[in-house]
Amino acid sequence: MIINKKDTNTDFEVRSLDAIGKNQEAVELPMWHNLKYLAFGVAFGIVLIKSEVISWFRIQEMFRLQSFHMFGVIGSAVAVGALSVFLIKKLKIKSIHGEEIILPEKTFNKGQIYGGLLFGFGWAMTGACPGPMFAQLGYGAIATSVIILMAIVGTWVYGLIREKLPA
Amino acid sequence: MTFIELIKQPWPWYVAGPIIGLMVPALLIFGNKTFGISSSLRHVCAACLPAKIPFFQYDWKKEIWNLFFVFGIFLGGIITALYFKNDAAVVVDPKLMSELSGYGIVDFSGLVPADIFSWASLATPRGFILMVVGGFLVGFGTRYAGGCTSGHAIMGLSNLQLPSLIATISFMAGGFIMANLILPFILSL
Repeated sequence: MIINKKDTNTDFEVRSLDAIGKNQEAVELPMWHNLKYLAFGVAFGIVLIKSEVISWFRIQEMFRLQSFHMFGVIGSAVAVGALSVFLIKKLKIKSIHGEEIILPEKTFNKGQIYGGLLFGFGWAMTGACPGPMFAQLGYGAIATSVIILMAIVGTWVYGLIREKLPA
Repeated sequence: MTFIELIKQPWPWYVAGPIIGLMVPALLIFGNKTFGISSSLRHVCAACLPAKIPFFQYDWKKEIWNLFFVFGIFLGGIITALYFKNDAAVVVDPKLMSELSGYGIVDFSGLVPADIFSWASLATPRGFILMVVGGFLVGFGTRYAGGCTSGHAIMGLSNLQLPSLIATISFMAGGFIMANLILPFILSL
């Protein structure tokens, strides 16, 4: 199989494109099943706001090493996430639809460094990563809609020029 | 203190972090989905303006769960504003506070500084750079990196993926460089 750069998958979040792993959920579920993700999103949004992760000030404190808060949030989230993934693999826990849980293996590409740095710049400027943006907007920071719109534009421009970028 | 008063207070990291971490097994077990938010921005592009760009030629409806999740985050924001809002000013580190006052950022009443992130500010060089350029970099950078704080730092690190560690270190490095070396110039514009 000839893999040219155009077709190389660097986006392991979009699993229906991940030709290596099986696509999740072979069973076709009715649309209302997506409401569970809406509920998880609501819970996640509330936590992001109440822990002030959506605050520009908390992000500035993190990058100036003036507060432990954000490091504590991310660190303990990773600890709980890692323990969960370990248990899911160890105990071969299946999804509620009886399917084997598949976690994509990511491969290295330079985008993780270059793109990572660029996102880091944007994160420190806007004080918002993609999740908190939507929480900020819901919480009443209407001007955040500009940031969200520009993030969509940034994603679109990336898609337009990605073949010319080092990867 | 009643329960409602308690949850209106800012939550400590050791409460919020573990709940955020539980999103990982919740999405895996309830739908075999990997936690990751920034790809929602790609789905919006694929749905609204694919413009024959190969990167946006895929069946975004297969990933629609991600848009439900993001809409839930937005609703969570509305619900918090209506029922769990903390009316006290946000507590900011004194050193940061005095640094920011030097740039005319003196409103600490909200989680998002109204002195920078407002419609009026959008017309100033400082506000324009922070909102328009900053937002662009978030979208461009996350897709170039293949994920954001949720997809790489939380989901990827939980699954012990080296590329995600590299990405997370790059996010933090970018943030440190911007906040300490470049942002002071932007804020003084």
